[in-house]
Amino acid sequence: MTEQLLQLLPFAVILLGFYVLASQRLRACVEAVALQGALISCYPLLLHGFEGQALMLSGGALLLKGIVIPLMLLRAMRKLQIEREIESLIGFIPTLVVGVVVAAGAFLFADTLPLALEHHHSLVVPTALATMGCGFLLIITRRKALTQVLGYLVLENGIYIFGALISKVLPAMVEAGVLLDLLVAVFIMGIVLHQIKREFSTLDTQPLTELKE
Amino acid sequence: MNLLSLLILHSLLLLLLAPLLPGIIAKTKAFFGGRKGAPVLQLYFDLNRLRRKGMVVSPTTSWIFFVGPLLAVAVPLTASLMLPFGGLAAPVRFGGDAILFVYLFGLLRFFTASAALDTGSAFEGMGAAREVSFSCLAEPAVLLVLLLLGRLAGSFSLQQMLAPQQLAVAWPAQGVTLGLALVTLLVVVLAENARIPVDDPNTHLELTMIHEVMVLDHSGPALGLIEYGSALKLWVLGGLVVQLSLPPLLPTDLAATTLLFIAGQLLLALLIGIIESVMARLPLPRVPALLIGSGLLAAFGLILILR
Repeated sequence: MTEQLLQLLPFAVILLGFYVLASQRLRACVEAVALQGALISCYPLLLHGFEGQALMLSGGALLLKGIVIPLMLLRAMRKLQIEREIESLIGFIPTLVVGVVVAAGAFLFADTLPLALEHHHSLVVPTALATMGCGFLLIITRRKALTQVLGYLVLENGIYIFGALISKVLPAMVEAGVLLDLLVAVFIMGIVLHQIKREFSTLDTQPLTELKE
Repeated sequence: MNLLSLLILHSLLLLLLAPLLPGIIAKTKAFFGGRKGAPVLQLYFDLNRLRRKGMVVSPTTSWIFFVGPLLAVAVPLTASLMLPFGGLAAPVRFGGDAILFVYLFGLLRFFTASAALDTGSAFEGMGAAREVSFSCLAEPAVLLVLLLLGRLAGSFSLQQMLAPQQLAVAWPAQGVTLGLALVTLLVVVLAENARIPVDDPNTHLELTMIHEVMVLDHSGPALGLIEYGSALKLWVLGGLVVQLSLPPLLPTDLAATTLLFIAGQLLLALLIGIIESVMARLPLPRVPALLIGSGLLAAFGLILILR
């Protein structure tokens, strides 16, 4: 049962990443990222079984990534009255094509990594790499600050999958740190969103790149 | 079972049962719309009616105008010979017949589009252009799925790829990859058979039609052939999906597997009816995104099994 779930979960996670890359609706993107967060919160339990540490990691991730942060994002969307369209620097189809290439590259690359023997040919590492790639792509290609926050969240999801793999040998502090910096990042982003909105009356990050006196 | 009886049984299954599928789809849509709907056998009645009608043929058309409807029936019939129907093996099989399978439908598309252009109507030319541009996106998706299946089966013959024994081994081992292939195939079936979300078979506005607009000038027996052909095509392409999704815990019994296949076809028609009822048609510029996206799923699956 655990084995089958470990087979299925990576595909659900990666496909959700593709969906976020191809979707044009912000709300659907936020929901997909929330679902992805909820799914990856199963990883510690699946990898290490029902133990105190794994349970805490899972519970924390489910609460933060699956519920709290998405709700905050949705609230930010409501408050700032962000339209549902997402602007992309390159088209949605090219983004998706690049995303698939990155994911495929992650799978090929993971095989060449000097991993512990039991992690060879497991799907955990390539999934983490592919998810991180998706997150990077989102940050690079999207123009609106909120979608870039989404990209950052997807990136964090990838890092979390990695962390889940090694949470046995690393102290729980590291994991707590991951969750915490995620939360802090979203807070900061929220404040930045507010500032950008007030200064430029748009969430487009393009004006930020222009130097002015 | 010898080859001749297999051939006859195989073809009879296709020729007699295929017109049921559009009937089931229409009935499902009627149910969702709260209507009573046409009887499930409506297409049989329609075909019988069209058979007895006369034809109006535009004087600008040439022989190409008649090749389209003829191929509409001939191509699915020929292609079906390479496809196993449940326990019934494919009567014709050789290495690489999967490519012939795909490009037979390419031939059909070429002549349907040519027949549409032959009438010299601006609307039909527009439909032909759309049909061709969408299918050139659907074609790589099918080929990628077939490559994937061929790689899993170690053979590029449809019979080998889709044999229930082979799939019973492949599903537990590569279930997720096959799932990706299945989704891609389902999208292709919807696109190739001019179904929502790609095309609306019931639309009555020439500007928005894709497939229907190409056959506007056909009437009487020629239209009947086209209607019959599209039902056959739905059965054959749907057969790919059903054959692939037959559960691995199959009865080994030949008759039971074939009955399960037929039930699967009817279920697929029901599923298409539900999809058509709950979804709106995609705007034309978004259709390529859907087709390319589904092709990419298959490409991703292919890379996963190649690594």
